[in-house]
Amino acid sequence: MLYSLKGLWLTLVSTVNGFREPVTRQYPATGNIFKRREEPTPVQPRFMGFPALTWDSEVGEPYCTSCMVCIRNCPTQCMSSNMMDNPLQQEGMSHRRKIVDTFEINLNRCILCGICVEVCNFDAIVMSHEHEMSTYQRNGDRVNLPVLLDIGRKFQRENNWVPPTVLAKQKREAEAAAARIDAPEDSV
Amino acid sequence: MGELVSQETAGSVGDVPERGEPVEMLLNMGPQHPSTHGVFRLVLWVDGEKVIRAEPHIGYLHRGSEKLCEGEQYHQIITLFDRLDYVANFNNELVYCQAVEKLMGLVVPERAEYVRVILCELNRIASHLLFVATMGLDAGAMTPSMFCFRGRERVQTLFEAVSGARMMHNYFRIGGIKEDLPDNFEQLVADLLPLLREDVGESDRLLTFNEIFLARLKDVGVISTEDALDFGLTGPCLRACGIEYDVRKAEPYSIYDRFDFDIPVGLDGDCWDRHYVRVQEMYESLRIIEQALDQMPSGDVASSLGRRLIRPPEGEVYARAENPRGEIGVYLVSDGTDKPHRVKVRPPSFCNLSAIEHMLKDSWIADVVVILGSLDIVLGEVDR
Repeated sequence: MLYSLKGLWLTLVSTVNGFREPVTRQYPATGNIFKRREEPTPVQPRFMGFPALTWDSEVGEPYCTSCMVCIRNCPTQCMSSNMMDNPLQQEGMSHRRKIVDTFEINLNRCILCGICVEVCNFDAIVMSHEHEMSTYQRNGDRVNLPVLLDIGRKFQRENNWVPPTVLAKQKREAEAAAARIDAPEDSV
Repeated sequence: MGELVSQETAGSVGDVPERGEPVEMLLNMGPQHPSTHGVFRLVLWVDGEKVIRAEPHIGYLHRGSEKLCEGEQYHQIITLFDRLDYVANFNNELVYCQAVEKLMGLVVPERAEYVRVILCELNRIASHLLFVATMGLDAGAMTPSMFCFRGRERVQTLFEAVSGARMMHNYFRIGGIKEDLPDNFEQLVADLLPLLREDVGESDRLLTFNEIFLARLKDVGVISTEDALDFGLTGPCLRACGIEYDVRKAEPYSIYDRFDFDIPVGLDGDCWDRHYVRVQEMYESLRIIEQALDQMPSGDVASSLGRRLIRPPEGEVYARAENPRGEIGVYLVSDGTDKPHRVKVRPPSFCNLSAIEHMLKDSWIADVVVILGSLDIVLGEVDR
């Protein structure tokens, strides 16, 4: 009897307390009864949504050269692509000899593991923050190159995306600089 | 749902039975039943309210994970292990990574070991909170599940911040982890731990010693120590019988020998003990996390292999670890190529489930759901 009453007391306390901010809400809405927002909870910065291809705005072409490394490493074989000679390279505007011609990801097969991003040598693929992409057609989640680039550009814009290789290079340089400051007599 | 049985007593169906003569009725529980915790079918032969015989049918969630492993490269298999026990993903990833590391003789960076332990213990808490929630639901208590899911949600938000996914993380790597923790991780965990302790405490106070809950669980589904050992029960189910066996202590893997924690054991091996052992384990996990956070060194977390293709030498290895559900083992045979020759998993849920036939015998039909729930099975792991 005593412990049942203790349990009831606990629920009473938590009801009174709070009107503590509720944890579960009807989907798109967040916030509590006093300040209700009509957008879903923001995802964490590292969130892995559907994969997307990035856009090199300096040159005006995708980063992807269709080297197939992501396709070979994908555990579910959800991707396919084709390569073509880069017309911009022939005009001397780009350093990429080959460029992606077509790229298709079957998002229904994708398990969002992020292996493709990890193995990519060209910073060409990212796990975007897109996660609301259900369709009513069975194969409606097969996305092609323009759609992937659109999602990628949106992701780049919203997250101030810096290519991971550039980040790694900056980090290496910073570490080297720090090492020089720490041990100036060694570097002489 | 119910159907008069007919195999053994075919002639007697329809006849009025003599007084006191057992009448068997066949009852199908599942595969679509909310209390089987997945797609699991239990065929019950009942006489009135008494279960005479129970027969588990598994395989509804069979995905052929072990066979799929033979066609995937070593780094791709981590995603498959995420999907075995889908409420304790980090623990599964850990045991697979350990198996390959053992085979290759890899040394994991110190910091990576601490990150692994912290995440695994958080996952153990999340998993046990889910157990307490479903145990309450199975016994008819709705409120604790709300409290528990709130705590679990907090842990999962942390996981999302760390690994990018709430459940299928793919964060551990063979010989290390994918990337270092986010910069504010220590702050996040420091904020989380008191809240989590409060959540665990609230669900504990709400449920554990409640008179109705005690009446439903005490002396229900008792399994003797000898039977528990014979059936190969591990984890909280075995510890509820009073045997102090935990792989973290018995054969410390990773860095578990550096932490000071106790192994809670039960007395009677009934459903309530299995519940209470898990509740106590959550407090112990919190202790481990606090110690690990204090000791955590800085440094590199990436695998020494870098991005090289993983080709373990020819040979075989068995690695085991303590999952929230019990002892998970991975037996791996390598033929020297980039894909394993064979991967065999010893799933704790499967071995624990094997005792259900024995435990349900002569129990009441109202207790079936509670007994099944107290084993805390995950069908993804049972069927693989």
